[in-house]
Amino acid sequence: MKVLVPIKRVVDYNVKVRVKADQSDVDLANVKMAMNPFCEIAVEEAVRLKEKGVATEIVVVTVGTKAAQEQLRTAMALGADRAILVETDEAAQPLGIAKALKALVDKEQPQLVILGKQAIDGDNNQTGQMLAALAGMPQGTFASEVNVAEGKVKVTREIDGGLQTVELNLPAVVTTDLRLNEPRYASLPNIMKAKKKPLDTVSPADLGVDLTPGIKTLKVEPPAERQAGIKVASVEELVDKLKNEAKVI
Amino acid sequence: MSILVYAEHDNATLKGVTLNVIAAAQAIGGDITVLVAGEGCAAVADEAAKVAGVSKVLLADNAAYTHQLAENVAALVAEVGKDYTHILAAATTSGKNFAPRAAALLDVGMISEISSVESADTFKRPIYAGNAIATVQSSDAIKVITVRGTSFDAVAAEGGSAGVETLGSATDAGISSFVGEELAKSDRPDLTAAKVVISGGRGMQNGDNFEMLYTLADKLGAAVGASRAAVDAGFVPNDMQVGQTGKIVAPELYIAIGISGAIQHLAGMKDSKVIVAINKDEEAPIFQVADYGLVADLFDAVPALQSQL
Ligand SMILES: Cc1cc2nc3c(=O)[nH]c(=O)nc-3n(C[C@H](O)[C@H](O)[C@H](O)COP(=O)(O)OP(=O)(O)OC[C@H]3O[C@@H](n4cnc5c(N)ncnc54)[C@H](O)[C@@H]3O)c2cc1C
Ligand SMILES: Cc1cc2nc3c(=O)[nH]c(=O)nc-3n(C[C@H](O)[C@H](O)[C@H](O)COP(=O)(O)OP(=O)(O)OC[C@H]3O[C@@H](n4cnc5c(N)ncnc54)[C@H](O)[C@@H]3O)c2cc1C
Repeated sequence: MKVLVPIKRVVDYNVKVRVKADQSDVDLANVKMAMNPFCEIAVEEAVRLKEKGVATEIVVVTVGTKAAQEQLRTAMALGADRAILVETDEAAQPLGIAKALKALVDKEQPQLVILGKQAIDGDNNQTGQMLAALAGMPQGTFASEVNVAEGKVKVTREIDGGLQTVELNLPAVVTTDLRLNEPRYASLPNIMKAKKKPLDTVSPADLGVDLTPGIKTLKVEPPAERQAGIKVASVEELVDKLKNEAKVI
Repeated sequence: MSILVYAEHDNATLKGVTLNVIAAAQAIGGDITVLVAGEGCAAVADEAAKVAGVSKVLLADNAAYTHQLAENVAALVAEVGKDYTHILAAATTSGKNFAPRAAALLDVGMISEISSVESADTFKRPIYAGNAIATVQSSDAIKVITVRGTSFDAVAAEGGSAGVETLGSATDAGISSFVGEELAKSDRPDLTAAKVVISGGRGMQNGDNFEMLYTLADKLGAAVGASRAAVDAGFVPNDMQVGQTGKIVAPELYIAIGISGAIQHLAGMKDSKVIVAINKDEEAPIFQVADYGLVADLFDAVPALQSQL
């Protein structure tokens, strides 16, 4: 079966972003970019399914600028077979992205679509669920275990109260949580090989979708700063401060 | 304005976070209807009807909704919600699961995890692990929103007297089914609602050492949380993870023990009123957000703290 993995280029998770002085956005000039960590987990899961003989082909896709080719190449170095760039300069939002992905699902007919549960920049946690709705597929979100067997997929989900397991008909959408797997690193030979793998570019218009967002960002501010605290010298002093100064115990 | 609030519950009782979501609905202003979907959950509907500020309760009591399967719940929410200007749910794993699906069925965008209401169409929400706060405005006819519970003070659970209306039909999409669940059992308060939270990190070294934190927690009536590193290492289960991609907490007192203070962890706790950090590394970034920092070996400090409380 074919697996589609939508990935996103985001700020590297180690970067502490700053807001621009004019409050229009965060400042991403000269900031290190990388594949969203949850998307790395999604690619890894697809590769493992292929290694187990469950998946036959892995297609990675991203909706973004030309620069996102870098992350598509990374995904191919990790084991994806080919890539599609839906090229746009629009800061697309999850609904638009899900519509573009739905058009690709119609074309590619994957049995499984694996996405990250959340992009660490927008922190929306929406795209997979929206795609599932548009494609009429069931969804297994926040997955910590995925088992494909007999035309179904069993997904164990990380929920607030613990773990929940659901069984979904295929085709289905899965979104990854942190404990699903530990992604591998790309080896140098595989990075070289990935350069020769096919990467197609399409436009949103080719797919018949309009990415114009319905939600406008009016401004972006830094969060309230916490006042710097003090160091206490002992447990006694700590208990005293908590009781008599902060009055929280 | 007419607002549909999706109730969070376990078929027996209404979860406290729903009261925070209703507070956000009140900040928007308008008529507030609460939708209770589940199975054998009439008592939840009665409870919701008593909540201050609620004008109507809709009850969808059907086996299709027992386990809150997103395929069925989203279809219901989209169907019922099309007559409202706003649909609000808690930013819990349940709300995050069905709300985007319902929004897409309604062909509208969604605003995730709002931390404040500026007006009926404008909201604030944290992005980039809370390192920036975006003010966003939606032009969609129906605004689908999840609410960060800790950012809104709960409304009173009593004082209302809304009528309960039972919804007749239900849809089972028939494409997903519930297999089972493993829920954490604990007599301690819920992590996201506790007044005191004690969290352990990689510095705890193993799961057994968390017993020290449980003992301390029981003395303080606290909940126990953890960093991702502690969860990944298998010391404690996933539902204890605090952070950008785990639970968001904002207690009166947060005590971080053996946690370095990575931005992803801070995103989940830096709105706590008082933060205490116990770490043996005086350079640990957690001290930059701590009101009270104690540079010490936790294996000395935690037992000492226990004996002094
Ligand atoms: C400061 C700031 C200002 C912004 N302003 C605007 C604005 O004015 N207008 C606007 O339209 N947008 C704006 N955006 C972008 C927008 O908020 C989100 O980044 C975008 O909607 C995608 O959401 P997400 O990445 O959080 O999705 P999530 O739903 O969290 O992503 C989950 C998963 O979906 C998949 N996915 C997500 N995006 C893509 C993609 N592009 N291609 C393929 N797969 C993908 C990945 O598997 C990912 O792991 C702004 C963002 C920021 C940070
Ligand atoms: C996509 C993504 C999402 C993430 N989401 C989250 C999230 O939601 N929540 C989260 O917490 N993290 C998250 N992380 C992980 C985060 O980046 C850090 O790796 C993690 O928070 C580190 O956990 P820690 O502080 O327990 O471990 P470490 O960073 O290893 O710190 C351990 C600390 O314990 C101290 N210590 C050790 N021994 C002792 C002792 N005997 N006495 C006192 N102190 C001691 C050390 O000095 C050190 O400061 C995420 C990462 C990624 C990439």
